Amino acid sequence: MKNRVVITGLGVVAPNGVGIQEFTNAIKSGTSGITFHQQLKDKGFSCCIGGIPEVSEEKINEYLTPLQLRGFNSTSILYGCMAGIDAWKDAGFSVNENSTLDYDSGLIFGVGTSGIEKFREAIYKIDAQNVRRLGSTSVVQTMASGISAYLGGILGFGNQVTTNSSACTTGTEAILMGFDRIKNGKAKIMLVGGASDSSLYTWGGFDAMRVMTYKHNETPEKGSRPMSLSASGFVPGSGAGALVLESLESALERKATIYAEVLGGNINSGGQRNGGTLTAPNAEAVQKCITDAVLDAGVTTDAIDVINGHLTATSKDALEIENWAKALQRKGNNFPFINSLKSHIGHCLAASGAIESVASVLQIKEQFVFPNINCEDVHPEILGFISSDKIPTKLIEKEVAVLAKASFGFGDVNACVIFKKYSDKHKTQ
Amino acid sequence: MTKQEIIQKLTSIVKPYIQNEEGFKNISENTDFINDLEINSANLVDIILDVEDEFKIHIDNDSMEKMMSVKETVAIIQAKMNA
Repeated sequence: MKNRVVITGLGVVAPNGVGIQEFTNAIKSGTSGITFHQQLKDKGFSCCIGGIPEVSEEKINEYLTPLQLRGFNSTSILYGCMAGIDAWKDAGFSVNENSTLDYDSGLIFGVGTSGIEKFREAIYKIDAQNVRRLGSTSVVQTMASGISAYLGGILGFGNQVTTNSSACTTGTEAILMGFDRIKNGKAKIMLVGGASDSSLYTWGGFDAMRVMTYKHNETPEKGSRPMSLSASGFVPGSGAGALVLESLESALERKATIYAEVLGGNINSGGQRNGGTLTAPNAEAVQKCITDAVLDAGVTTDAIDVINGHLTATSKDALEIENWAKALQRKGNNFPFINSLKSHIGHCLAASGAIESVASVLQIKEQFVFPNINCEDVHPEILGFISSDKIPTKLIEKEVAVLAKASFGFGDVNACVIFKKYSDKHKTQ
Repeated sequence: MTKQEIIQKLTSIVKPYIQNEEGFKNISENTDFINDLEINSANLVDIILDVEDEFKIHIDNDSMEKMMSVKETVAIIQAKMNA
């Protein structure tokens, strides 16, 4: 028998809100976390705006010890630890360095690159023939699995502790990997999520590819415009999102708060065939990912109330809407409500799927659909597939039972997860 | 610089890395970094870098390997400062 999997804890460090309460308020009110950054301008970036979470020194000291903070220079690890620890506590657990090793709990926490600023520091020292001055802090902050190594030790996990990486699909992929592990009885609890550095060294390559907008440096909050006719590229973001996944049995046993159920999902790749490339999606594979996710979840396409899209504000948004419409065989007024959190916080890259999934789960827990901002001028191509009523620009309070969340990434990789409001009536198949 | 002064400076250098408060309270010449202070062995290289900065000396690989206790460390610092 397969285990049912539920979500019992959330944590988030986002450009428009740090902590679940602040973040919930921000997404409900459509608060932008995008600001101008002089540093980007000074370095000659075309896009000088971005989403960086506001985290005070005082706040950092609540999560990491003075020893952990010696020579520390990795915002992805910092955000990941904050979101991960918050999610763990939110699920009703405590954080204690002398806790008993827990072989039933593990974690999958993804990144694109880890500690890129720390890596830069190391490169400068090595080039100055000063390799010995790296000390002990370079490896653990720059290895891809730095984040899982930090969190695994802080929380004392004895199950699988690893890092996944699949570009902008990373965060959503981590959820589905953790889900599989619990479903198949290999773990009771998996902390899953994704993190991305606030760094011009992470963002520079995208600026060079001309996929970031350079038209909104004077009006940062208007810059991220998914689904809009005036969309001109994405706005870079950063932060971390974390979710505690748990077998239903374990959650019920300890009377945990259940945010939602993970019904199922799918991860696939377009193989860079049929129009897919290193940087563009194979539409057929995207559609198959969505339909396979719905099949795996055991629901009908009609059951989906809300879609939280990938929708970055590049020229691919209309194609994404077309893919959803074809995969679900729903269009016009019959299409579900759809929103993109990137309109609030930009594209948080490896963290995007995780932060956006936290927002998705909050919509189920609190029964609302957050507003899209900056799409008062919906792209006409999109209106060819769906009605503008389905792209809310104001908060909607309504019943949200089933929500589909997808992320797509460079390398032609896709992930789609189906969340459902928890009800004890649902039977396992 | 007297031995006592060196030990005093060394004490504040190792402080952030120690995991045994009792051992740290009783720090003396005979204190061993790993056994008595429970310093993570990976942090020994950080202590050596901090010592280099504080005393403005350069510590070679052979000396590094010997710096496991207060006594040995003080001896190496003295030797380097007098070199």
